[in-house]
Amino acid sequence: MTGVSTPETGATPKTSRDWDMAAVAPFIALALLLLLGYFANPNFISVANLLNVITRSAFIAIIALGATYVISSGGLDLSVGAMVAFVASLMILFLNSGAIADPTLLLAASMLLALALGAACGLANGLITTIGRIEPFIATLGTMGIYRGLTTWLSQGGAITLKDRGMQALYRPVYFGNVAGVPIPIVIIFVTAALAAFVLYRTRYGRHLIAVGSSEDVARYSGISVNRVRTVAYVVQGLCVAVAVILYVPRLGSTSATTGILWELQAITAVVVGGTALRGGVGRIWGTVCGAFILEIVGNIMILSNFVSEYLIGAIQGAIIIIAMLVQRSLMRR
Amino acid sequence: MSVDASRPMPVLQASGLSKTFGIVEVLKDIDLTVLPGEVHAIIGENGAGKSTLMKILAGNHQPTRGEMRMDGEVVNFSGPVDAEHRGIVLVHQEILLAPDLTVAQNIYLGRELRRRFTVDDRAMNEGAAGAIRDLGSDIDPSTLVSRLSIAQRQLVQIARVLLVPHRIVIFDEPTASLTPHETEALLKVIRHIRARGVGVLYISHRLAEVKDIADRVTVLRDGRLVASHDASELEPADMARLMVGRDVAKLYPDRHAAAAREPVLEVEGFSVPGYAQDASFSLRKGEILGFAGLIGAGRTELMEGVVGLRPGRGSLRLNGRPVQFPDVHASLKAGIAYLSEDRKGKGLLLTKDLRINLTLASLSKFSGPLQIDARRETEALDKAIQDFDIRTGNKAILAGQLSGGNQQKLLLAKMMLLDPQVVIIDEPTRGIDIGNKQQIYKFIASLAEEGRSIIVVSSEMPELIGICDRILVMRSGRIAGEVTGEHMNENEIVALATGVNAGRGAGEAA
Repeated sequence: MTGVSTPETGATPKTSRDWDMAAVAPFIALALLLLLGYFANPNFISVANLLNVITRSAFIAIIALGATYVISSGGLDLSVGAMVAFVASLMILFLNSGAIADPTLLLAASMLLALALGAACGLANGLITTIGRIEPFIATLGTMGIYRGLTTWLSQGGAITLKDRGMQALYRPVYFGNVAGVPIPIVIIFVTAALAAFVLYRTRYGRHLIAVGSSEDVARYSGISVNRVRTVAYVVQGLCVAVAVILYVPRLGSTSATTGILWELQAITAVVVGGTALRGGVGRIWGTVCGAFILEIVGNIMILSNFVSEYLIGAIQGAIIIIAMLVQRSLMRR
Repeated sequence: MSVDASRPMPVLQASGLSKTFGIVEVLKDIDLTVLPGEVHAIIGENGAGKSTLMKILAGNHQPTRGEMRMDGEVVNFSGPVDAEHRGIVLVHQEILLAPDLTVAQNIYLGRELRRRFTVDDRAMNEGAAGAIRDLGSDIDPSTLVSRLSIAQRQLVQIARVLLVPHRIVIFDEPTASLTPHETEALLKVIRHIRARGVGVLYISHRLAEVKDIADRVTVLRDGRLVASHDASELEPADMARLMVGRDVAKLYPDRHAAAAREPVLEVEGFSVPGYAQDASFSLRKGEILGFAGLIGAGRTELMEGVVGLRPGRGSLRLNGRPVQFPDVHASLKAGIAYLSEDRKGKGLLLTKDLRINLTLASLSKFSGPLQIDARRETEALDKAIQDFDIRTGNKAILAGQLSGGNQQKLLLAKMMLLDPQVVIIDEPTRGIDIGNKQQIYKFIASLAEEGRSIIVVSSEMPELIGICDRILVMRSGRIAGEVTGEHMNENEIVALATGVNAGRGAGEAA
């Protein structure tokens, strides 16, 4: 043995501590925002308002959980907003068709249909990018057009509305109900996130996903089926979209060609704000949930305070993604 | 160090250079002189402080203590640009050229010659041609860099660096990824530079090459200067001893010649389109089989084809039974592990920690019905660190922070978790210092002792001769021949690898 280990490692900038810093940054940001909200308007911090805000973030939060998978694997999915509209439209059409006489069974079947449709849309995205070897950006830009176009065609340019009053009443509690005072959408966010975190951090598939995102070559040379791992990530994204749809339909009971517009952007923003690297290889489930909350809270604060016009919400959210990227990079450089 | 009166005035004189990062002292009291028209080699193991020393001389780092004089005047470099103004230039190990630009455009990149508002391509082509001619080559300056060989690209990179007026040129391990042929070409270029009265600092692991090119040799160990001698006074074995601090005469382990045992892997008429044609060989149990050849002979591609990393055609038999590997997953499962030559790009996740890297290929062994057992992973890491002597102060560091030798040990440990019966190792010691090399040879030999069968693909002939039972030589995608027993020598291998049938006579005359 020659004794001393390499002293040069002392000079290399990256240590595991910096990564931890990147992981907690979104939570610090969330805490600061809560504080800011309190000073802007004391009503902000009331339980009722907070539950309301978090409930409204559910769609983006759940979709962003799937986006965390896709982005960690080194991919991107721009089609999620259009997919929401497409899957929700088909779900409502199925409910309206009254294919099953018993309303409860019909509702359950429509939810399974939504999940199957979401998975199928995700599978299509996955196969086009992996087997078809088309850049995720282009592939999902294409399917975004397809899903959106199909929705417009289904609705003939108008709206698709859940017609049956009885069904509306039966379905309503899925969004508006609560469990021990906690709104169901919030329960769903945390259950979905816990499941996503378990799979990503504790299972073989999760480890493979991170490996593929960090280095496709290393993963391939280690005997991991890169295409399968990537495709499954898109399917997970599709399933998350379906869960969001199941929550979305009882809220408005209607879809149109503009349903879910720009949701892909908000989902990606939530993922990036949460500390997941866009180049892949790092996935932060709880960071993503935090990111989705941040986006919704910023909007809420703008509405409750009179500093900034609420019509500027889009601009503020755009600024947030850029700031998050800058912060992420400065944390990694140190 | 006193300046000998018979020697010319040094261009650069450094004394008492020290550098600390935090509490780690990386360099301590280094004295160094560079004379005009000499090649001064700096050798040492990874982590000995060579790179830090070079970075100080090139202005990337400030020394913590000590001073540098040029022409007797004390100099302090504020940065690499400042050092360049003083005439100290650094040739990087990696090739940093834009492949879609021409040779001349690359050489003048960022300092284009202009005529009014447009770039003056004609003048740049002429200038580039001159610069290339100065290095003893005749590459056409209007060729795209993407069409050049690695050696030619390196020459262009050197020409680019030498475009500024220079008095000292620093080469940081320039031959790490070159073939023997390309290395010879590079050494010729360096002799050209030396002949013009420029001082050359030359960092390398490869001691034979240092012996060949250097006028003086300075040895660093653990941040200290342990010796500085005229190259004529040192043999490569002396250099190795000084670097490691102990005798490393026995670089290669003793091996009992494997008795002719049953074949484990039989390859017949195997082709990898575009790279290897009609290769047939068989690997016996407990054998170490070498694959020699020039870069581009198709060795790596043939192995990647066999294990299913590339599409290939031909028949494979494992333990007598026909097999086919559509992907690596299948070959790993069958018990064949392939360790890529590209450790950093294809072997390890550099931004992940050691545990994740270690178990990546064998995760099923560490997971229950649902989740991975992190505790068993950690135990496996502890065991691997001990068994493979992976030197790391901290188990939580990232794989990219390990030295090259320790990365290779980690990669070996990762693949051995699969308990393969056939291990294919591509360039097992590329970029690895001599102490770690010795250990890796020992591991390879002990794997064979355990009854596993090993294929070693290597461009370093001494290594193949030192550890292999037989060596197959590839040329232009075909297996050109086999050398065994007393025929395992460099001349026979080179003759087969190049196809120049000059034979032993010419070899001895050279």
